Amino acid sequence: MEISNLTKKRIKDYLEAGKRFDGRKLLEHREIEIETGVSKNAEGSARVKLGNTEVVAGVKLDVGEPYTDSEDKGTLITTTELLPLSSEEFDYGPPRINAIEISRIVDRGIRESGMIDFEKLCIKKGEKVWNVFVDIYSINDDGNLLDASCFAAVAALLDAKMPKYDEKEERVAYGEWTSKKIPLTENIPLTLTFHKIGKSIILDPSREEEASSEARVSMALSSKKDIMINAMQKGNEAALSEEEILKIIDFAEKEYKNVEKEVFSKIEKNLKGKKD
Amino acid sequence: MSYTKRPDGRKFDELREMKAKVGVVPRADGSAMFAFGDTIAIAAVYGPKPFHPQHLQNPEKGVLRVNYDMLSFSVTERKKPGPSRRSQEISKVTEWALAPALQIENFQNTVVDVHIIVLQANASTRCAGINAASLALAHAGIPMTELVSAVSVGKIDDKIVVDLIKEEEDYEDGEGATDIPMAFLSNSKKLTLLQLDGKTSAEKLKEALEAGKKACEKISELQKKTLKEVKGE
Repeated sequence: MEISNLTKKRIKDYLEAGKRFDGRKLLEHREIEIETGVSKNAEGSARVKLGNTEVVAGVKLDVGEPYTDSEDKGTLITTTELLPLSSEEFDYGPPRINAIEISRIVDRGIRESGMIDFEKLCIKKGEKVWNVFVDIYSINDDGNLLDASCFAAVAALLDAKMPKYDEKEERVAYGEWTSKKIPLTENIPLTLTFHKIGKSIILDPSREEEASSEARVSMALSSKKDIMINAMQKGNEAALSEEEILKIIDFAEKEYKNVEKEVFSKIEKNLKGKKD
Repeated sequence: MSYTKRPDGRKFDELREMKAKVGVVPRADGSAMFAFGDTIAIAAVYGPKPFHPQHLQNPEKGVLRVNYDMLSFSVTERKKPGPSRRSQEISKVTEWALAPALQIENFQNTVVDVHIIVLQANASTRCAGINAASLALAHAGIPMTELVSAVSVGKIDDKIVVDLIKEEEDYEDGEGATDIPMAFLSNSKKLTLLQLDGKTSAEKLKEALEAGKKACEKISELQKKTLKEVKGE
């Protein structure tokens, strides 16, 4: 999104006075809404809203051959489609870099946190394993699609049931599910995206703030006992001082605790509510 | 044994529970959700806006462009992301289904983009998509002579039924299943979509058209009601 220099300057001035256009504090995220089970034919699915930003994610499983370097482990493939439906700035065609980057960061967060127990997704070593597909789609872009995508991917995974596998035919019985959840651990990642605008650091940018961003840092964190940083990406053109990056790391640790509590209690409430 | 009972217990001329809502994509100029039971489609409209690349522009009138696609997890076996021959054909027939209701002649050199996605599929996705798109176009304030309503009519064995579900599409006994998606303009009752997949006599096809027209009247009532509610906000 292109915004005028005047608007950029106004945003910067506001932030220096500790204010944002939508009335939030600098490190305050927008209202988070989470709904699981939004698409019945998926193994798991979720819709996440951060203010007006909306994303849906779905999990599908399939059986295939393992990679040769991990013969007893299932696989994970994360894709993101930034739909033209969600913004006039997105086009059809192969994923562009912004979509690829979202997939890559969410994928690293899920993979490196150890959220999925890949060994339990092995059917026959060296021959057959489960492939987990996490597909993310943007429905409305109002800034920070990355964090919304990660929350949706995690919620969809937590919602996901194992499909039935026909042992005799050696194929998946599509449209039939077992009562088992897909094997997950307690290490669940969430991303937090910070932007540097002027001298200020903000969390969960709106679209206008994203357009005025000088530098961006996204972090995927998880916590079973201690908070671990599982993925990180610095984006945009400006360089960050050491002081700034240290500040962002501290912010991330502190804010993660709040966001974690809020996101997981919302997911849990949803999953419980959906149980008949 | 002939087809006497539908798997979900509906009467032959009974539609699934319908849901409709506009404004579901705040960023778009107009948007709507439309559901036939478990089939959920979302449509968003952007435009009229300058048509790029320039050689696609029509100096005589505005152009409608539709893109329909299903989300990968909307069906039981994951659909590979990206366009397919099926989705491209549906995009085109949807364009033809909607265009007659639009009055965009005076928006020369512009395009009205309609994006349709299927969030969850249990047959009749193109019809749900057309119903959502028609609502989204009206919500965007695009000049229209009337609304467009679509329904899939089926001949299951020798019975004519409206608003098919997947299980009925896959029916194989007797004469099997014939799927006939169609769309009507809400006032003039003209036909803007007609496809057929299966086998039927001309007589049964006429019966199907009659059943489709009646079903579309119910759909357009819901569409109108949904739009009126917006106006009150």
